[in-house]
Amino acid sequence: MANPQQETVLELRHLRTEFGSRQHPLVAVDDVSFAVKAGEILGLVGESGSGKSITLRSILGIVRPRGRVGGEILWKGRDLAALDEAALRKVRGREIAMIFQEPMSSLNPLLTVGLQISENLVAHTGLDAKARKARAIELLEMVGIPSARDRLGDYPHEFSGGMRQRVMIAIALASNPQLLLADEPTTALDVTIQDQILRLIQSLSRDLGMAVILVTHDMGVVAQTCDRVAVMYGGRLCEVGTTSQVIADARHPYALGLLRSIPRDVAPRTPLYSIPGAPPALNALPLGCAFTTRCPVAGPECRDLRPPLETVGQFHEVACHHRVEALAHFRQQEAAQ
Amino acid sequence: MSVVTQIQPHRPGRFRVFIGRAFSRPSFVIGFTIIVMSIALALFPQIFAPYDPLAFDMTAIQQAPSLAHPFGTDNFGRDVLSRVIWAYRVDMQMALFATIFALTIGVTVGAFVGYYGGIADTIFGRCVDAIITFPFLVLVIAIVAVLGPGLVNMYIAITIVNWVYYARLTRAEIMTQKANDYAAAGRVLGYSDRRIIFRHLLPNAMSPIIVYWMTDMALAILLGSSLGYLGLGAQPPAAEWGVLISEGRNFLLTAWWMSLMPGLAIVLTGLGFSLLGDALADLLRPKGR
Repeated sequence: MANPQQETVLELRHLRTEFGSRQHPLVAVDDVSFAVKAGEILGLVGESGSGKSITLRSILGIVRPRGRVGGEILWKGRDLAALDEAALRKVRGREIAMIFQEPMSSLNPLLTVGLQISENLVAHTGLDAKARKARAIELLEMVGIPSARDRLGDYPHEFSGGMRQRVMIAIALASNPQLLLADEPTTALDVTIQDQILRLIQSLSRDLGMAVILVTHDMGVVAQTCDRVAVMYGGRLCEVGTTSQVIADARHPYALGLLRSIPRDVAPRTPLYSIPGAPPALNALPLGCAFTTRCPVAGPECRDLRPPLETVGQFHEVACHHRVEALAHFRQQEAAQ
Repeated sequence: MSVVTQIQPHRPGRFRVFIGRAFSRPSFVIGFTIIVMSIALALFPQIFAPYDPLAFDMTAIQQAPSLAHPFGTDNFGRDVLSRVIWAYRVDMQMALFATIFALTIGVTVGAFVGYYGGIADTIFGRCVDAIITFPFLVLVIAIVAVLGPGLVNMYIAITIVNWVYYARLTRAEIMTQKANDYAAAGRVLGYSDRRIIFRHLLPNAMSPIIVYWMTDMALAILLGSSLGYLGLGAQPPAAEWGVLISEGRNFLLTAWWMSLMPGLAIVLTGLGFSLLGDALADLLRPKGR
């Protein structure tokens, strides 16, 4: 778990990202607030369309100009949401870096890996050509690419998927960012490589004191990697807490459902649990809790009244009107099995 | 592990590999040879032409092809072979100048509107619609008619019309490339838009543009010689294939070689560009990337 004394590097306050017309906006991220401390890995979990990637992209402002970002994104005393494109560009890549889901398409196929690393070094550091080459080799070694010196001249297609993701991480780390945004970095990789990449991110975060926000839809990844977890649904946060709190002691019906859908000790050929229904469309979000339509314990007020994030324990917050019923419901279900 | 990875197999250079693949293709070899020879003829016609292309010889008027004059002579006794060779200079120049400015302008405009989209893209779309509504040749002839005949005015006219084709192609390619994560990756690394467009997106979008350019050079020669034939392009007595064909058209029955030989030169050069473009289309196509 992250040291609670560590300073907060990034704080989102009431982040809201919307697309489309101003009269009928599609709200992809709604009133999301959380903070990340230096050296901490925060997991952002939710199913497809829950707004986790948009949250990440909003932090760096790359949802603009089509998306509108509201609220505050406090980064080292500055509000990134209020910065213009030119000022944001100085933050991007230098202070906050980002890696993507698809290592196959995240690298320019026409430039060698060495050129792509040194391009970032040219943009964000004052190193000369010789120092850049040395640094590029150092970076590739840091992310665990064997015989790094010989691979500088190789093109992306000469690397495997896992190696490309390592290269992406090396490029992202080139300018010593204090925050790494990882948008499902292991989704496209097979399980053994996934494990290696997660361990790499973990050790880099620890060694460099770098904060990481890891977007994923895989609870296993969260359990293995993250210090804290924020669960998102329909563009809103429904539960925030330390990893152990959220995994062992989830309170929100959605988080409970997510955890229940992880198969554990099931006999062969028994149907696996899944949360019934589908996530709501962005233009059909209820006024109240976004999970209302799929929630087993939803009451009449859930549809119209937005539940606030309430503290249920140290560092643990849940947004639900029926926490007690939810817990009882899922306990009962589990016992029935 | 480290022992295994230390071993680096010898690999030939990537350029070498590309050249090797290119020259194993008959269409590339033929097209490349024709174009290289055409360029050589265009650069040094004085070496290859047996006679002065402008010198009258009243003792040898409209002679049929023979050893002394392989392509025959015209109605002033000028050597047709020498005139066809000197015409390479004008026609290859037309292939270049009628396309290169259109390419530059079109690719730049197309890259920007493709990247930014929005209102600029809408305005661009309407401009394109307005220009491509007119038949290509008619619009070019109209512009030349306004500007006056001559090579430079012809280049201007063709460029005014032709850039939209490059711009449309580039715009579409940039829009495809933009969807790739490496464009977003460039943005999150804090690179400027211009850097992302010209260093990352455009090189990846270039191969269909180059292929189209090859075809377009063949078309430019056709268009240029059509205008020459109509008296709107190169002006006599300059040797240009369209002008040569036009000069010979009154003598088609008596001195067919006067028009046929420059016509064959057009066909051959056009074929060269087409084959080269075709081969490049195959060679530059990404294979299972």
